Amino acid sequence: MTETTFSGNRGLQLEEPLIFEIGCAGRSGVDLPAVPPVTADRLGGCARKAATGLPDLSEPQVVRHYTRLSQKNYGIDSGFYPLGSCTMKHNPRLGEKMARLPGFADLHPLAPASTIQGALEVIDTLAHWLTTLTGLPAVAMSPAAGAHGEWCGLMAIRAYFEDKGQGHRRRVLVPESAHGTNPASAALCGMTVDPIPATEAGRVDLAALKAKLGDDVACLMLTNPNTCGLFEIEVLEIAQAVHAAGAFFYCDGANFNAVVGRVRVADLGVDAMHINLHKTFATPHGGGGPGAGPTVLSAALAPYAPLPRVVTAENGQRMLAEHDRDLPGELPFGRVKAFHGQFGVMVRALAYVLGMGGDGLAAASGDAVLNANYLLARLGDALSASFDGPCMHECLFDDRFLAGTGVSTLDFAKALIDEGYHPMTMYFPLVVHGALLMEPTESESKETLDQFIGVVRALAARAKTGDAEPFKQAPRLTPRRRLDETLAARTPVLRWKAGS
Amino acid sequence: MRWLPHTDADRRAMLGAIGADSIEALFRDVPAQARLTAPLDLPSGASELEVERALGAMAGRNRAAGAGPFFLGAGLYRHHIPAAVDQLLLRGEFLTAYTPYQPEVSQGTLQALFEFQSQVALLTGMDVANASLYDGATACAEAALMAARVTRRGKMILSGSLHPHYVETVETALRFTEFDAVRLDPDPMGFEDLIGRIDSATACVIVQNPGFFGGVRDLSALAAACHAAGALLVVAVAEPVSFGLIEPPGAMGADIVVGEGQSLGVGLSFGGPGLGLFATRDKFVRQMPGRLAGQTLDGDGRRGWVLTLSTREQHIRREKATSNICTNSGLCALAFSMHVSMLGGSGLAHLAELNHGLATQMEAKLAAIKGAKILSPSYFNEFAIHLGDGTNAAAIVDALAAKGILAGVPASRFFPSYPELAPVLLVAVTETVTEADMTALAAALSESL
Repeated sequence: MTETTFSGNRGLQLEEPLIFEIGCAGRSGVDLPAVPPVTADRLGGCARKAATGLPDLSEPQVVRHYTRLSQKNYGIDSGFYPLGSCTMKHNPRLGEKMARLPGFADLHPLAPASTIQGALEVIDTLAHWLTTLTGLPAVAMSPAAGAHGEWCGLMAIRAYFEDKGQGHRRRVLVPESAHGTNPASAALCGMTVDPIPATEAGRVDLAALKAKLGDDVACLMLTNPNTCGLFEIEVLEIAQAVHAAGAFFYCDGANFNAVVGRVRVADLGVDAMHINLHKTFATPHGGGGPGAGPTVLSAALAPYAPLPRVVTAENGQRMLAEHDRDLPGELPFGRVKAFHGQFGVMVRALAYVLGMGGDGLAAASGDAVLNANYLLARLGDALSASFDGPCMHECLFDDRFLAGTGVSTLDFAKALIDEGYHPMTMYFPLVVHGALLMEPTESESKETLDQFIGVVRALAARAKTGDAEPFKQAPRLTPRRRLDETLAARTPVLRWKAGS
Repeated sequence: MRWLPHTDADRRAMLGAIGADSIEALFRDVPAQARLTAPLDLPSGASELEVERALGAMAGRNRAAGAGPFFLGAGLYRHHIPAAVDQLLLRGEFLTAYTPYQPEVSQGTLQALFEFQSQVALLTGMDVANASLYDGATACAEAALMAARVTRRGKMILSGSLHPHYVETVETALRFTEFDAVRLDPDPMGFEDLIGRIDSATACVIVQNPGFFGGVRDLSALAAACHAAGALLVVAVAEPVSFGLIEPPGAMGADIVVGEGQSLGVGLSFGGPGLGLFATRDKFVRQMPGRLAGQTLDGDGRRGWVLTLSTREQHIRREKATSNICTNSGLCALAFSMHVSMLGGSGLAHLAELNHGLATQMEAKLAAIKGAKILSPSYFNEFAIHLGDGTNAAAIVDALAAKGILAGVPASRFFPSYPELAPVLLVAVTETVTEADMTALAAALSESL
């Protein structure tokens, strides 16, 4: 069906070669001053012997290359992006403008304290928002992303137990529906993972959890609301049981957008939680980062928080504590990355919370939950809802509605691409068959949701007629059709090579 | 609220469709005693103008690097970023996309990552690079863990040339594992004997080149010694502009090259986000951490890109994954790639020569100061200078900052327990430094010594 053209382009769908196939030697996209005379031989005999092999391009070529590449991408700016568990909300451009102020963007992390007071104020102010919103007294600001924050929280827990002579506590209880990062982070701390089953109602099986608790358990890692989009109704009993066993309650904060401004996780019994600033706090995901994963900690865990920390001296000047000796009486578990955290992401997040305010954040979580429940209500009879509502900020369907149609969850999602939508999360969580997890976020208008609902219902009706072929062929209208992932893995081509 | 589209009429209509009385009713699964009944003690929402005022005031309480002579480095370098890079990065299709798990609507990000991986492989002289990690320090920690997987050994030797933040991050990552980090003393002059420390328990030696104190070393003999003992050589590079002038680690025999990519495209941003570079040999690719973009064909037989070899990763392998990393530094990798594309091979070589040439000019000026001595026997664009016995580099830096000159990074900032390093200052010179800046630094230092 593909209409052919002489160029290979199709109207606004422009083919774009690799940058290595455009460039050649002898051009430049940057004009640089002449090299001054070298006053002494200081290269230690290590001057480069061969050229890098990088192509040379002019500025207009580079600009066109990346503009064309961008046109092969779908972002939140392009349209509805109901990717469950990812909180693809609007990214206010105010954050981009603020992060580019020279006082933030052109600031070195090792500059003297007198010249960075505003930056430390940014970190401190955001920390105040995060501790107030969660009710926990301390926050480690340096983790670089959600998984890094999980690891940071678990390291603090591990350090606590080592310090208290309970280093044998190394078992971590993780529900089967958890993000893959949870068990992976636990393994990095030398902990073992013990899975907790779910009930028919999609929640933690409290009896099974209690049966697994013991004096070798370090913590429970629980996402709440969980990855089925459901609030853990028995969370207080869960926390109580975990604490009674002498263990900590770690919460995966990936779904914090459901409750921000309405529920403080400290009031649920949580001892530690990372916060994905690139989800709940609206900083752009950037096609895979950078994110930031500040980790809030209870009073018991706070002394073990990593370096560096922002501290305030008696004269009111803020300073960075970068070594153990700067924090007498504290036992920081170490350093998690270079310098002081994802500062540029923090500036954007601070712009967001200042813009939103405490009242706006509560309104946002309310609308996020409203939107998900609206999808659940309007799609429940056309798809197959995995659990009864109300849901929280995302709603989960499974593939029972596709039974016997020959259409899979994957096919259904790919058909949505041809309709102009980014698909929902597929095949996650693993606790239902053929999962379709939709998270609309508060950024979407009723008109957008109504149009999406109409399209999903029409596709479901088409699937149920047994007309599977259009689904199998989807997507047909994208720059590329379905890509052969098996070929990519079996014969890996992971870089361009000259002459290839 | 400008970021929330619903009108109250919308909300009522939607609640009607749901069959709920209020939004609060949708939160009924939250235990009543855990639901906030009064607003938190936080400010109310603010207009763009008000937020700009508040954050502008905070930014104004910092001293931007561009405000005067500036010589700070120590793992983070100030370079001029071509205007086109930031303009292109702001395209919403790049900025507001998720991780490219749906390849048909993510070919832009995926092709850009494939190009990034190719550029990093060419720069480092390695076979294959991943699609980024958080920063140079965490990349170093991942390299140590990978070396343990490859060699099934647990001793990591950390050179005194390695950035102290990288050392501390590796130590933290290994803290609750069965592996051990052996940390060598800071080594401004390049005297340490690494080869003599390698034994049959050694998983890897981790060195930095150019080193934290500036020194550039030929690592070929060290690589050979590592390989003879069945260990890996990991080379960290904190200043990627050096790739334009210095022999790449791959050509010296490195098994894993990690780095901080921030110099190209990313900017200072008070040290974060950074860009973790990670490259290795083909034979180790299945032990690599992080995402990989790979080439394939689509249903019509056309070339395209996907994320691949994901059976290494946490979302598939869970606790047996090679790393827990998920979100990485995608947009920073794109910025790096754009800057490298703008420079090209010729431009990068020119930029590197320019940095090095200016640094030698700076050395000549500072070496003329009475009492001062350049420690680094070799360097790229940063060197260590000893300001004289009994001097305190940190105090001098503070005094010069008061005069509007950011002179460099005192070594004591990282090594407070090494009094012999108190007089040592790291001075970085990039293309952003002018002749007048260098003259000003030399004059001010000369005055204060």
